[in-house]
Amino acid sequence: MAGFKARHMVGERRSIMDLYTILKLVWAGLLCILLIGLGLMVGMDMGVGTLLRFVGRNDAERRTALNIIGPHWDGNQVWFILGGGAIFAAFPTLYATSFSVFYVVMILLLFSMILRPVAFEYRSKVDARLWRASWDWAFLVSGFLPMFVYGAAFGNILQGVGYHFAWSGQYFQDSSFFSYLLNPFAILCGLMAVSLSVFQGGVMLMMRAENPIYARARGYAQTAALSGAALFVIGGVWIRNVRGFVLLEGEPGMPANPMRGQHVSMEAGAWLHNYTAHPVLWLLPVLGIFSMLAGAAFVRANRPYLAWWTGLGTWIGTIGTVAGAMFPFFMPSTTNPDQSLTIWNSSASQYGLTCMLVVALIFVPIILSYTAWCYYIMGGKVRTENIVNDTHSY
Amino acid sequence: MDLINPSVVDLSRFQFALTALYHFMFVPLTLGLTFMLAAMETVYVVTGKQIYKDMAQFWGKLFGINFALGVATGLTMEFEFGTNWSMYSRFFGDMFGTPLAIEGLMAFFMESTFVGIMFFGWDRLSRQGHLAVTYLVALGSNLSALWILVANASMNVPDGAHFDPDTMRMTFDSFVHVVFNPDSQAKFVHTSVAGYVTASLFVMGISSFYLLRREHRQFAARSFRMAAIFGIISTVAVITLGDVLGRMDYEHQPTKIAAIEGLWHTSKPPYEPWILAALPDDAKQESYFEIGVPYVLTPLITHSFNTPITGMRELQEQAGPRIESGITAVAALKRYGETHLAEDLAIFQAHENDMGYGFLATRHAPNQDVSGMTDEQLHTVVEQTKPDILPNVFVTFWAFRLMVFLSLYFFVIFAVAAYLSLKKQLERYPLFLKICLWSIPLPVLATEFGWITAEAGRQPWTVFERLPTFMSASSHGVGYMLFSLAGFTVLYSIFIAAELYLMFKFARLGPDSHGTHEPENSTPSLSVIAH
Repeated sequence: MAGFKARHMVGERRSIMDLYTILKLVWAGLLCILLIGLGLMVGMDMGVGTLLRFVGRNDAERRTALNIIGPHWDGNQVWFILGGGAIFAAFPTLYATSFSVFYVVMILLLFSMILRPVAFEYRSKVDARLWRASWDWAFLVSGFLPMFVYGAAFGNILQGVGYHFAWSGQYFQDSSFFSYLLNPFAILCGLMAVSLSVFQGGVMLMMRAENPIYARARGYAQTAALSGAALFVIGGVWIRNVRGFVLLEGEPGMPANPMRGQHVSMEAGAWLHNYTAHPVLWLLPVLGIFSMLAGAAFVRANRPYLAWWTGLGTWIGTIGTVAGAMFPFFMPSTTNPDQSLTIWNSSASQYGLTCMLVVALIFVPIILSYTAWCYYIMGGKVRTENIVNDTHSY
Repeated sequence: MDLINPSVVDLSRFQFALTALYHFMFVPLTLGLTFMLAAMETVYVVTGKQIYKDMAQFWGKLFGINFALGVATGLTMEFEFGTNWSMYSRFFGDMFGTPLAIEGLMAFFMESTFVGIMFFGWDRLSRQGHLAVTYLVALGSNLSALWILVANASMNVPDGAHFDPDTMRMTFDSFVHVVFNPDSQAKFVHTSVAGYVTASLFVMGISSFYLLRREHRQFAARSFRMAAIFGIISTVAVITLGDVLGRMDYEHQPTKIAAIEGLWHTSKPPYEPWILAALPDDAKQESYFEIGVPYVLTPLITHSFNTPITGMRELQEQAGPRIESGITAVAALKRYGETHLAEDLAIFQAHENDMGYGFLATRHAPNQDVSGMTDEQLHTVVEQTKPDILPNVFVTFWAFRLMVFLSLYFFVIFAVAAYLSLKKQLERYPLFLKICLWSIPLPVLATEFGWITAEAGRQPWTVFERLPTFMSASSHGVGYMLFSLAGFTVLYSIFIAAELYLMFKFARLGPDSHGTHEPENSTPSLSVIAH
């Protein structure tokens, strides 16, 4: 929103929205949807991974828990891959810069993400205590760590990161691992993402498992929902003091080049400007908090299916809150704010965005229908005795 | 222009090569085995014979062990463009990102979703329904390869994009040119059928193991025969398409084809020999101990008897004017970025096609800046840049040869295997069965050599004639690189140990490890095996 205001101040006159701007906005919206889908679906599997050692006290129980997400984790993980692919195609400069800025984080995230498929596939293939116990730890690490990093990355982006570009577009990094990952605000955001994932995983276990897994999952899900709500409120208060960024000059329809045509200033509390200008945005944080509280209530009332859908509301609310605050910024730079990445200067070309949109319009409905079909085929309660006797199971 | 620490570039290249080669240990088997599983299951659905279901389930289990690592290590590749090749991704991502994203949407999602149903859905779907799922997994994995190779081909032949000085990157302008890139179609078929060769030899080798031990004979004989036929067809296809690819390189990447053939001087048709073996010396720009077959090279590469092939020394001399023109382009581009003057833009546009050569020269320029050099400096820089346009000949030459020698070896193995299994005389030749067993890893090795040929041969570019490799990397500290390299080494070593352990364990257990498997007739006659 700041972008539009700024343009009027500069006094240029153009049609409010050209096609290129619309495409950039559409793709920024799709990126949000992907991030929400990723948080919800991958977060759910990771939550089950985090909870595995706690809801399952013996091998048979753990296998039951694993097989609840067994047929779907692979498909869900594709949200993650698709998220990466969509950023690469629709916002190549954002992909190129954010993945490098967060190098250590990204590599840790990657290690966790590649540990999981192997853990699923290999854990139950050998009947030895040490073997299975090791993979159970792998599930814990590869469930907790990526969600923590996912949240912490949002926390860091909100505060801005240190990088700049040379004239050739060569990217240079100005801040190191310890100066950006390990700060209190980012840790808060990381813990919040973990809470949401544990909630979703716990609810999924409740939907498909019987006692004693059900009862344990219920306890964890309830705690997770409440702690998520608390952390969200603390973060909301905190953000008033966090240094935000304001776009003073920059055309929505500009050529996608972070080295040119943009002027940005930094000021504390600037992330609330959009909320002041458009009070309707407050619905997003309200949706987030309301969903978390409703989720806790539904879990308490033994209504896991309803609780699962509140998880969707939570992710829309939280990601939406961040997007509403930062628009049109993607990743502000603290060392050269004028080169901050925005929706306008980091996107693909108009042709590239159009191509990708056509492809997405064709394939996303297809994907959604076969994913739903797979859930339908593999639906129903997973029972411990069936798992142990079934040679196909994890 | 600031340059990235050369050792960080080297470490980034090393890490990418390591992770790509590791990923490619698992991909070919996935590509081929999915179609073999589909073929086995088709026979089961059509004939209703339990043994074909056992085959599909048993080989499916081994497929699953391999598939997990293929998926896991593939994630690394998608990350690394961003984490380690920032400039490349920004410069080329507008176009390169599109096939990668399509791969996710069209192929990888399908493959990953249905593979769960393929393993878990045997009792929940009708026979036809499950068969359809297996075909979708096979289709998904092969479409995935298609889009990845379309993306790779665009690095080799960057059609469908042009450089835009206002965004300082390659701008995507033609989807059709990207998909029908001359390099991509041949490369896709060549690579995926190489996967079928891998899968065929995998199934044949493990079946040989059972035949040698006289276990599961009926099961093993049928699997062996199917694999042998699948294998001979695939090997013929792999060699044919390899020839097509060679022609593509001849037309579009003369430096790559000259390096592959170790051709330092322009060839003299028709006598020019095809060099069988030699010791290329990159520093001295000549080869020692050449052993060649006369009259073969010219028809092999050009499909004619009298067309000369330009040698590397001539190619680097021809590059001189392009380097000079590229230096003008880069200097004008830098000025244009500061001034936005139309005259700078006009100068740039006049030399645009040589821009990459100008970037290549920056390494040798004073202060790594090619603008404002004296004539004398210009001359020195051009001379110093000339040899940079060539890839490492020793690596390219030998990677190619090892791939070719191995594929000829596979042709012989599959021909003998098909003959013996159709004649039902396999068990009379235990030595041949042992050779089949020990050859299991060789197709993977051949595929890796193919990959090295393609990638090392494209050097010094990431985007051919547009962006040099040394400019493409992210500006990390050496410490970051050591951290990630150490992590990859530890994690990947654990993975390969676990995967080999499981493969050996389940292969040794054999098809009986499956609950559904019915004990075989205790005295299988050869006539039973024939059906």
